[in-house]
Amino acid sequence: MGNSRTMKFTNAINEALSIAMEADPGVIVYGLGTPDPKGIFGTTLGLQERFGPDRVFDMPTAENALTGVAIGAALGGLRPVMSHQRLDFFLLAMDQLVNNAAKWNYMFGGNNPVPITIRLIIGRGWGQGPTHSQSLQSWFAHIPGLKVVCPSSAKDAKELLLASIFDPNPVVFLEHRWLHNSVSDVPAGDVRGVLGKAHKLTEGDDVTVIGYSVLIPEALRAINYLKENHNINAELIDLKTISPLDWDTIFTSVKKTGRILAMDTSHEQCSVASEVISRVSRDCWSSLKAAPQLLALPNCPTPTSHELTKDYYFDASDIAKSIMQLMKHQTKDFAHLKSPGAHDVPGTWFNGPF
Amino acid sequence: MNTLQKKLLYSMKKIRQVELAIAAKYSEQQMRCPVHLSIGQEAVAAAVGACLEKTDSIVSGHRAHAHYLGVNGSLKGMIAEIYGKVTGCSKGKGGSMHLIDKSVGFMGSTAIVGGTIPVGVGFGLAIKKLKQQHVACVFLGDGAIEEGAFYESANFAALHKLPVLFICENNEFSVYSPLEVRQPKQRLISEMVAGMGIESAQYDGNDVELIHQVTTAAVQKIKAGQGPQFLEFATWRWLEHCGPNEDDDLDYRCQKSNSKWRDRDPVQIFEKKLMDQKLVSESEIKDLHNSIDIEIKAAFEFALTSAFPTQEDLFEGIYG
Repeated sequence: MGNSRTMKFTNAINEALSIAMEADPGVIVYGLGTPDPKGIFGTTLGLQERFGPDRVFDMPTAENALTGVAIGAALGGLRPVMSHQRLDFFLLAMDQLVNNAAKWNYMFGGNNPVPITIRLIIGRGWGQGPTHSQSLQSWFAHIPGLKVVCPSSAKDAKELLLASIFDPNPVVFLEHRWLHNSVSDVPAGDVRGVLGKAHKLTEGDDVTVIGYSVLIPEALRAINYLKENHNINAELIDLKTISPLDWDTIFTSVKKTGRILAMDTSHEQCSVASEVISRVSRDCWSSLKAAPQLLALPNCPTPTSHELTKDYYFDASDIAKSIMQLMKHQTKDFAHLKSPGAHDVPGTWFNGPF
Repeated sequence: MNTLQKKLLYSMKKIRQVELAIAAKYSEQQMRCPVHLSIGQEAVAAAVGACLEKTDSIVSGHRAHAHYLGVNGSLKGMIAEIYGKVTGCSKGKGGSMHLIDKSVGFMGSTAIVGGTIPVGVGFGLAIKKLKQQHVACVFLGDGAIEEGAFYESANFAALHKLPVLFICENNEFSVYSPLEVRQPKQRLISEMVAGMGIESAQYDGNDVELIHQVTTAAVQKIKAGQGPQFLEFATWRWLEHCGPNEDDDLDYRCQKSNSKWRDRDPVQIFEKKLMDQKLVSESEIKDLHNSIDIEIKAAFEFALTSAFPTQEDLFEGIYG
């Protein structure tokens, strides 16, 4: 443990990779573009210079086989970390991920762990459109044997990536592109978080808000506003890991508040949020004071035109509205909670192209 | 017989007799999983297995009994696995299509065609990165050659000159589909793979000593750092794709080919060759046959008397 510094999400990822490679000579880092001049949005910059081309290398455009290669290399004694600039390309590797990585330990009777980490970046806005912005984390969460991690801050990015790399299981590590420029205090050194543990970010008795990844900063803006202006106290739970899910933390909160808003970055159908509401409805039924609320993307492919994405995503104003509905308060116009500037970029730092 | 000939004869006969025993007992409905038997294809497994060491890493596909037995994987563990017992090599979680015996270097076989090709190449990557003098061996068939995973994996193995031995058993059929409806007629698999930058050759897959000779040379090249080697062996499965029966009556394979290949029974060819050279007598072969049958009987007894996994075992091993 060391001192915290303010650090950007991408630098936190880069630092975690460096520390993991220092800690274990078996850690190798590869992926299309890993050692190129852009270094996967800066996250892998300098690693090849520091650790050499034997441990940090580019790869053929062959997502499926290179996932299988990671599995074999892991079984052979290494700890591979793969990076993909968009989740969507990784769909070509579902065979190796689902049929091999997720089941290898189970189907061979245990004692055959597959320690691989697969970094996938989820895009949004600037016309990323139907095949560059899919949030398909529930696909991965559906498969027993995989761990699925969705950090919401630079601190979590570092701590959870280190935990993922040193976890004995295959971990899908999902970075939202819109978080890449976000900053937070990040502790120095080899700090490993805990997978499978959610974190309560705010305390409250009125309503439980469940989210993760890029939704957390949006939810915080809405919750802070409602607390200051409407005396509504929401408990925000950052899931951090969506498989395995920390049901204890969710149930404990809902049993206290009796109200739940579950949010997701994905399409609504078969989402993590709908799973949370399903379990809460079954396990906390007698505690519920209002019908659960859900915020997710429509069940429609993501269009490219920025005109069509205006109402496709939800933001702090929609979150505030949902909480007000749960509290049976008259909803107001929360337009002022919307981020200033264009709706299809995370901030002025992003000027495209991806 | 020299030590190698003894080993090859034992290994081939054992594979044949084990598979026949499974076929004979399958109708008892106690082996409740799909089985893909290797009868007719014993020579490749026995010869390649004899070229490999316990420290090598071997992977295979759905038709893996022979490959597993060829490197001397635990017979009791395999039979118990097919019976779904907790003493099985995968504790009953895998069945016939998911065999493993790491003590002899058999690192796993899986059911999705081509699924272990990249995994085997990954073992090769680990061997190279860890600077070991071992070999990764990938068993695959002519069907797996058609999978994208094969091209992606072969390209990566060639690119990084990985220590990978590809053993392709070409039995001409993917279930009922003949090679000519799946691959261009004039294009040999081994030539195509050579075009990808991997040293390749094609041989008779029913001549066990020839297979041993060319595989030994390939392993030496790999260990000398010459990169991956690809060997294609022409052979024939005698029984149906999946299950214990013959299916020649379905006429999807021409009777001429069926009888041609049955006349070229790899086990009988080798026995005859050894007998012709007076290296072994008929009674010695009979003794070997009987001693293998005793081994097989013990394995089936072990499997039948072993316990099934319990309900608590159901959730064991989801995570490592």
